[in-house]
Amino acid sequence: MDRILFKHVDVPDINRLPVYVENGGYSGLRKALTEMQPEEVTQVVMDSGLAGRGGAAFPTGRKWSFIPKGVLPTYLAVNADESEPGAFKDRELMERNPHQLLEGVAISAYAVRAEKAFIYIRGEFLYIEEILNAAVAEAYAGGYLGTNLFGTATSIDIVIHRGAGAYICGEESAMLDSLEGYRGFPRLKPPFPAVKGAYGQPTVINNVETLANVSHIVNNGAEWFRSFGTEKSPGTKICSVSGPVNRPGNYEVNMGTPFRTLLEDMAGGLVEGKKLKAYIPGGASAPMLPGTEANMEIPLSYEGYAAAGSAFGSASFIIIPDDACIIRAQLRISEFFAHESCGKCIPCREGTPWLAKTVRRIENGEGRQEDLPLLLDICDNILGRAFCPLGDFATSNIVASIKYFYDEYEQHILQRGCPYHSAASAVA
Amino acid sequence: MAVLSEAAHRRIGEFVAKYPERRSALLPALHVAQNEVGWLTREAMEEVAVILDLDWDQVEEVASFYTMYYKQPVGTYVLEVCKTLPCSILGADEMIDYISQKLGIAPGETTADGMFTLFRVECLAACHRAPVMQVNHRYFQNLTQEKVDALIEAARQQQLRTGGVPGLTVRRSHPDLIETER
Repeated sequence: MDRILFKHVDVPDINRLPVYVENGGYSGLRKALTEMQPEEVTQVVMDSGLAGRGGAAFPTGRKWSFIPKGVLPTYLAVNADESEPGAFKDRELMERNPHQLLEGVAISAYAVRAEKAFIYIRGEFLYIEEILNAAVAEAYAGGYLGTNLFGTATSIDIVIHRGAGAYICGEESAMLDSLEGYRGFPRLKPPFPAVKGAYGQPTVINNVETLANVSHIVNNGAEWFRSFGTEKSPGTKICSVSGPVNRPGNYEVNMGTPFRTLLEDMAGGLVEGKKLKAYIPGGASAPMLPGTEANMEIPLSYEGYAAAGSAFGSASFIIIPDDACIIRAQLRISEFFAHESCGKCIPCREGTPWLAKTVRRIENGEGRQEDLPLLLDICDNILGRAFCPLGDFATSNIVASIKYFYDEYEQHILQRGCPYHSAASAVA
Repeated sequence: MAVLSEAAHRRIGEFVAKYPERRSALLPALHVAQNEVGWLTREAMEEVAVILDLDWDQVEEVASFYTMYYKQPVGTYVLEVCKTLPCSILGADEMIDYISQKLGIAPGETTADGMFTLFRVECLAACHRAPVMQVNHRYFQNLTQEKVDALIEAARQQQLRTGGVPGLTVRRSHPDLIETER
């Protein structure tokens, strides 16, 4: 299998600067700074078709092109607030090859004329902070960060900023508020961060995996990058697979690879005795799909999962086995969003706990027939009415689980209990 | 009367120097304060406020928003067990019950000897190593009842920071990061 981002993960000590450089590291940064104008870097990234790997899949080069000319300073903020249930890819990218990220960050900062980049890591990534700080220190000592890099006029600083526990800070404007020392509340858009972002200045925000691709694109060109993946989704994607499979973990796939290859060949299939009941392809915010033969063949790509009525998102595959209760699974998802709702807007703040409470009632055997239309009605009143996407995310699996597993909801309500779990185990 | 050490003040000063605006150092400063005091007391928050030219309520408003800041006293070891879907599918609910019974406390409580606090937390981005928890914000993964027993025993023997936990290995250069083998 072709690999871009994980190509060097098994090289011993690739996290150390000399080993990274021996393996071609920082040649992309040297090339960009000494041979290319910032606009040329943006152009090659645009031509490559690289799209945001955090979930939204917005074209990266286009995002950079929105930065207005001549408004300085500009900033680059890296979203490493990996908090989507099921996602653990950025963690491994940073843990195992931190310089690959730093090089991508430095090149991207140059492309948007930012002299300062912030890497916003989630609060729980204490050990990642240590790894990144060590790598940043090495990069400064090696002349890959700091002032007048490679004898040019370009200066780039990278600051590692660790959050303190809040899913909402993965929303880009909430992340900026958090960076500035406030509660992580999403901001009203427009103005978009490209115009008015961190400290009121033009700011580009990209995901870790997105930027980890950049040095490879600069080194090898847009056409090379397009030789991976599909026409609409060029490149590779790190897919996180969790749940009862034989080899849970991160796998780098060519976009377009069928899901079956990821689940059966790479992750080793479900553990003995379990069958696939459903799976979530893009983290807790992406609608679950039943484990049908047709859904095994979906090509791993943004367009593939959009066509199947779900979302590729951050490619976080949560495997739900046949002996798991869908209502309990939904309860855990609904509790997550209720807990993580920031409280800024009413539909989400009031709606997400209401969803969790209603699902819990059903799981506990106290559900009523009218609870199913009620759940859908609450979703209707959140979807499209919340201040940021978190509210919408909270509705997607309610709708999907009722659509695909209506019988299981009904069984809970009619039998006044969960066929899988005792009521006492569904604690809040 | 200062509650934060000179070293903590120096550390916060280093963070301040990294940002275009002083207030950006608030989250890192609260981490520093909590590491030193154990939780965010009013005095600690007031001292952070003075350092960053903020009012104390501006600090409190931020501290109260983020789950990693403790707003009340916690034990020497804070066990934060993930309860989110991937961990739940792989036995997190039962694991939380087990730890709860073993320590004799409900989630959210601290043992009478002040040693352990147990929390149920949302996704820790370690779903491939489920069930998972953090102890004092260090990962402990692929949890089994035996590993939890060993870990609690080691903590009681004050060995957690030296990595003397049978069946668990110390990873790389992080002496207090004890994880199962990859």
